[in-house]
Amino acid sequence: MNSKLDLIIVSSIKLSQTLICWLMFKKFSPSSDVAGHTPVKSSVQRAIRGTVLSQWKIESETLEAIWPKKEGLVHVKCREHISIYTVHGEPLLFQHFDGPLYPTLRILHKYPYILPNVKVDRGAIRFLLAGAHMMCPGLTSAGGYLPPADEALPAGTPVAIYAEGKEHAVGVGITKLSTEEIRNVNKGVGVETVTYLGDDLWVQNSL
Amino acid sequence: MAPRKSRNREPSPPPAPAETDASPQVEPTPPVQVLYCSVCSYPPEYCEFGEHLTRCKQWLHEAHPDLYEKYYSDEALQAKIGTLSLQAQEKLEKDTAKKEAKAEAKADAALKKKMASQITIKRIERNKRKYVTTVHGLEAFGVDLKKVAKQLASKFATGSSVTKNPQGQDEIVVQGDVSDEILEMIEDGVGLLKGIPTDNVELVEEKKKKGTE
Repeated sequence: MNSKLDLIIVSSIKLSQTLICWLMFKKFSPSSDVAGHTPVKSSVQRAIRGTVLSQWKIESETLEAIWPKKEGLVHVKCREHISIYTVHGEPLLFQHFDGPLYPTLRILHKYPYILPNVKVDRGAIRFLLAGAHMMCPGLTSAGGYLPPADEALPAGTPVAIYAEGKEHAVGVGITKLSTEEIRNVNKGVGVETVTYLGDDLWVQNSL
Repeated sequence: MAPRKSRNREPSPPPAPAETDASPQVEPTPPVQVLYCSVCSYPPEYCEFGEHLTRCKQWLHEAHPDLYEKYYSDEALQAKIGTLSLQAQEKLEKDTAKKEAKAEAKADAALKKKMASQITIKRIERNKRKYVTTVHGLEAFGVDLKKVAKQLASKFATGSSVTKNPQGQDEIVVQGDVSDEILEMIEDGVGLLKGIPTDNVELVEEKKKKGTE
């Protein structure tokens, strides 16, 4: 009994932490949450470019098309260590603290192959669009999709969240468990939603 | 200008390797063109989860009949129901309808509020013969204050800026007494000031408080 209670407490603490960390754009308004715009130093830009190339499945030529070398990146600093990087005011990628770089959903729609995919079933779409994290059963059920065992993703990988019967991605998330674990445990949060269709980052066409 | 030059010089080493990179002629993969609904900004396949389904449907029907057929024809609907239990589907539809009604009510209220909001043009005496003019409340009509300030500045050839007033709200401050001209501009709907109802505009004069006389 006691241990169960402990577990609940621990998990609730964990949950609250993750909520602070990852539901970044559920409430976000440029007027109150943006601390400032700064052009990024070219050396830092080079570093970011390198990270992007290593973290996303993208060729340097394609990256060049999205983000030409000549165009300076602008760093939009937001509350709670969120950094959004924009080119010509259009948000391209964002990052929480020193975490992985995520593409914005619009970029992901244009270049759908840059992140590994997971898919949720139709019942989950409604909740995803309200900003919920994706629970394991939604990913393992008939309508869902997880990469096969030989391409299993470790925990903490940015993924594109697709939806059953839909062509385009509906959100960007980060795996909380490895995909194999999601299959085996099949309970609780499997993928944490970072940004989703219709959230306040999606609404911002330019920053 | 000077720092820009130096920045240009700094990354000059990387372009060289980039060119050699490009020599194997790897073409950048073109982006996928995604159509977005002009009503709710989602890709049309997600409209059903949005707040304006009826309007989205109407738009898609007019703009892209083929896609409309794809997403809302009977077969498509049948296929969708197949994956969900009937009950869940019903619930979803109910939810959507509810959401839609809510969104509509919200939009109505917003419009009403917008129509009721006041614009104050205030002439403030600065120094007996000198005035500044402040325009307050324009942001309720969805105009970009910064751009309007710029427009006013170029129109009157004076300084014009967006500042926060003591209440912490943004307002436009224009140097010189141009209150009548601004009123006229709003009436005529020049440039960015289009579509602002004139009834809500109010002219106020503010004398400098004691001490000058």
